[in-house]
Amino acid sequence: MHDLIALTALGGADPETCTIGSVTCSEVPDVALASVAARLGREGETHSALAALIGQKAPGIGQFSGQTLIAFWAGPEQWIVEAPFESHEGLAELVKDGTKDAASVSEQTDAWARFDLEGPDVQSVLELLCNLDCRNLATGGAARTSIHHLVCFLLRRSTDFFSIYAPRSSAQSLQHAIVTAMKSAL
Amino acid sequence: MIIQHPLLGPRDSSEFVYLGDASLIDRPDWQAENAAETFYDYAYLRDNPAGENRELWFHEGGDRSWLVVTRNTVTHEISKVELACDVARMRGRSK
Repeated sequence: MHDLIALTALGGADPETCTIGSVTCSEVPDVALASVAARLGREGETHSALAALIGQKAPGIGQFSGQTLIAFWAGPEQWIVEAPFESHEGLAELVKDGTKDAASVSEQTDAWARFDLEGPDVQSVLELLCNLDCRNLATGGAARTSIHHLVCFLLRRSTDFFSIYAPRSSAQSLQHAIVTAMKSAL
Repeated sequence: MIIQHPLLGPRDSSEFVYLGDASLIDRPDWQAENAAETFYDYAYLRDNPAGENRELWFHEGGDRSWLVVTRNTVTHEISKVELACDVARMRGRSK
C-alpha cells in the first residue's frame, strides 16, 4: 500500500485560512459530494428517496436541507448531496442505493473545492464577488451563480456564514478572487 | 440587463448566453421526404425583425436551464421569459 499524502485543493497538506477584518475565508477539504438528477417521469420517486436520505423534505428551488447529509438544489430536478468525508467516503454509492434507477447519480467528491466565508461583514465581500443578491438569499438558500467567471454554488448556512463551491481545478483562482475582494471591502 | 428567470427571479444577464432564435426548438423530422429542404430552412433562414423576437438563452452561469426570452430588439425590453422545456411541451413535444 502506498503511503500517499492527501493534498487540499490549494495544494497544501493542511487547509488554508485567511482572515481580513472581521471575515474569515477557510478552505474546507473534508466533504464528500454526489450529484443527483431525477430521470424523466421519475421525479416523485427521486424526491422521496432524497427525503429518506437526508431525513427532511427534498429541497425546493434555491434551497438546501438536511442534517448530516445535506442536499442542495442545483437545477430543475437536480441536487447535490453533501456529507462529511470521514464518515461518507462512498457517498455516491449510498445515494445510488437510495434512488435506484429513478435518478442518475455521479460522484462529485474532489470535483469541487469548498470555501467557507464567515463574519459580520461577509455581505460586503460577496457584493464585490458576485451579481447575486446575497442579502436577499435567506438562510437555507442555495444558488448557482458566476463568481470571477467561475460557476459556483453559494449556500447561506446562517446569517453571516456562506459556503462557496467552485470547480476544484480553479480553487486558486477563486481563493485569489475572494481574498482580493476581502482586502478591498474590509 | 436583468432577465426574470421563471424559477429563480431576477438574474443579471451576464450569467446567460444567447443561442439563437426560438424556432430552433422546432427541429424538422430528419426522416421526412423533404428533409434536405426543411433542414436548409431550419439551419440558414431567419427572420430579422426590428421589434419583438423570441430567443433561446442558456443560464450557463446559473442553474443551466434553457429559456425562451421574448425581447424587443429596438428597445431591449424583455416582455416574457419562459422555460424552454415548457414551450417545447406546449408545441407537442414529449420531452
